[in-house]
Amino acid sequence: MAHAISPGKPDAIDFLQIDGMLSAEERLLRDTVRQFVADQVTPHVDDWFNDGVFPKDLVKTMGDMGLLGMHLEGYGCAGTSAVAYGLACTELEAGDSGVRSFVSVQGSLAMYPIWAFGSEEQKQEWLPGMASGDLIGCFGLTEPDSGSDPGSMRTNAKRDGDDWILNGTKMWITNGSIADVAIVWAGTDDGIRGFIVPTNTPGFTANKIEKKLSLRASVTSELVMDNVRLPSFAVLPNVAGLKGPLSCLNEARFGILFGAVGAARACYETALTYAKERVQFDKPIGSFQLTQRKLVEMMVGVNQGMLLAMHLGRKRDAGTLSAEHVNFGKLVNVRMALDVAREARGVLGANGITLEYPVIRHMNNLESVYTYEGTNEIHTLVLGQAITGISAFA
Amino acid sequence: MNIAVCVKQIPDPATPYELDDENHWIIRPEDQVLDDTDRSGVEVALQLAEATEGTVTLYSMSPSGTLQGIRQALAMGADAAVLIDDPALKGADALTTARVLAAAMQQEGFDLVIAGTESTDGYSGIMPQMMSEILDVPCLSFARKVDAGDGSVTIERQTSDGFDVVEAPIPALITVTAGIEPRYPTFKGIMQAKSKPVTTLTSADLGITNTVHQVIRSVEPVAARTAGEIIEDDGEAYLRIIEVLEQAKVV
Repeated sequence: MAHAISPGKPDAIDFLQIDGMLSAEERLLRDTVRQFVADQVTPHVDDWFNDGVFPKDLVKTMGDMGLLGMHLEGYGCAGTSAVAYGLACTELEAGDSGVRSFVSVQGSLAMYPIWAFGSEEQKQEWLPGMASGDLIGCFGLTEPDSGSDPGSMRTNAKRDGDDWILNGTKMWITNGSIADVAIVWAGTDDGIRGFIVPTNTPGFTANKIEKKLSLRASVTSELVMDNVRLPSFAVLPNVAGLKGPLSCLNEARFGILFGAVGAARACYETALTYAKERVQFDKPIGSFQLTQRKLVEMMVGVNQGMLLAMHLGRKRDAGTLSAEHVNFGKLVNVRMALDVAREARGVLGANGITLEYPVIRHMNNLESVYTYEGTNEIHTLVLGQAITGISAFA
Repeated sequence: MNIAVCVKQIPDPATPYELDDENHWIIRPEDQVLDDTDRSGVEVALQLAEATEGTVTLYSMSPSGTLQGIRQALAMGADAAVLIDDPALKGADALTTARVLAAAMQQEGFDLVIAGTESTDGYSGIMPQMMSEILDVPCLSFARKVDAGDGSVTIERQTSDGFDVVEAPIPALITVTAGIEPRYPTFKGIMQAKSKPVTTLTSADLGITNTVHQVIRSVEPVAARTAGEIIEDDGEAYLRIIEVLEQAKVV
């Protein structure tokens, strides 16, 4: 028999009591990251964003905590569940998408391919230092003329005796200019292969992209490889073809579908507080029907997004998550987050355009999140193919 | 060095506390958090244990609940916890708390006891000193820095205009200020925390029978702040401001 439904006291933020779905261990981990963000990120992030500075000092602290490559097993990694990784991304991105991007790139795009496709020697050489934050990684797939269609890449690696010679340009590379090691995907006679490239290798340069209005607390770079000579053991031995880089992107997208909820939550919380305090026509603007509707839509979006993320996280930990589920999550949750951020910006009026409040920073950041790791359009078409059996793009 | 650290699980300070109607005691939810000031005590203990290859044992007198606060301290790196969870101790006064914790420490053994200066929910600020009397060890209070020597400890004792350097032989008891920056729990620590030993005792296990409860006769809400005085500046307002400051004895 069903229980009776009675009036409750729902929380204005965690309206659906999603907290109750978390284990004590998951809550402790979530609270630890939340505390880290409150102590180390939130008080300074407006200046980082304004000045275009990535907080490199935080990398070691994040490594000490176990945030880097946290869901990987062994080699100094914490080996947490997928849900734990997702919750950490939510809290980091509630601080700033740039900080979460750093962790996504380090763990899911740079460490994961070494962990999944590397030789034992490669894992031993790179993963412990990357987990501790002593070494920073980046991931080179996208090129100036090759975005949603990575198969069209021009970067190539050719054999020269036992060595490889790498040539090409990679674009929009998070962490590029601060990285110690780059995972670079290049066309070879055997299809697309991944290479571990120490960034001090002669012929490798990283140029920071300065004039951007999004993810300003994160480093974005162009990588140029001009006859970069690599030893035979630089190639990732256990993968060939696009499934290598695409599996890394699925890893990162999983973190993003949790992370975007954090950015949305921060915007909604800010708008809710503001609407209850801001007085116009002798009453708080939160008492107007138009504003209440906005607040409710934001609350619904954030809660639905978190429910979706938790569902996909639980499926992943149960071993039943498919790539298309990740496409679903990234498509829906980033779109939701951007809608919430824009709505919150409106609620804050002119104050919404300043860095005194986190909203426009999140809003501008989410424009990048909307595009990177698979554009909203491509995720839509992947789902279109999944339900019709017809590919619209390849 | 075998270090005992007093920690307290308290209701999340981010949510308003509620008192029960009968005794005016704080209603404690199942899910309590580690008192923030205890994080500094755990940090000092961990640093000393790392320097001396010692161990850190947590001591806490509270309903176990979900153990969320204790797990947080274990996740920071403490080795074990001893919990005194006994309905008979509900509402225990500071002296009873000191007797219970001291008895548990005497039973388990210790070289050094570390506590916060006061808890965030009770604020009595006298329990550690009572413990040091019961344990018959010197009390070094308000430490902002602690160093372990050979058979001794040295602290910087925070004062209103600087610090004193105070040394005592061990065993000793130290209270630490919140100025000591605690580490974050590591994720590995969080995952290991649930397999660390937690011993639960009752007051009877410690041979303590005559427990005393504090009685809170009544609780009054804080008086609403009264409106301040608005001084219109006609060019002479500074005289009135000086007068007010003189009355307040700040100038």
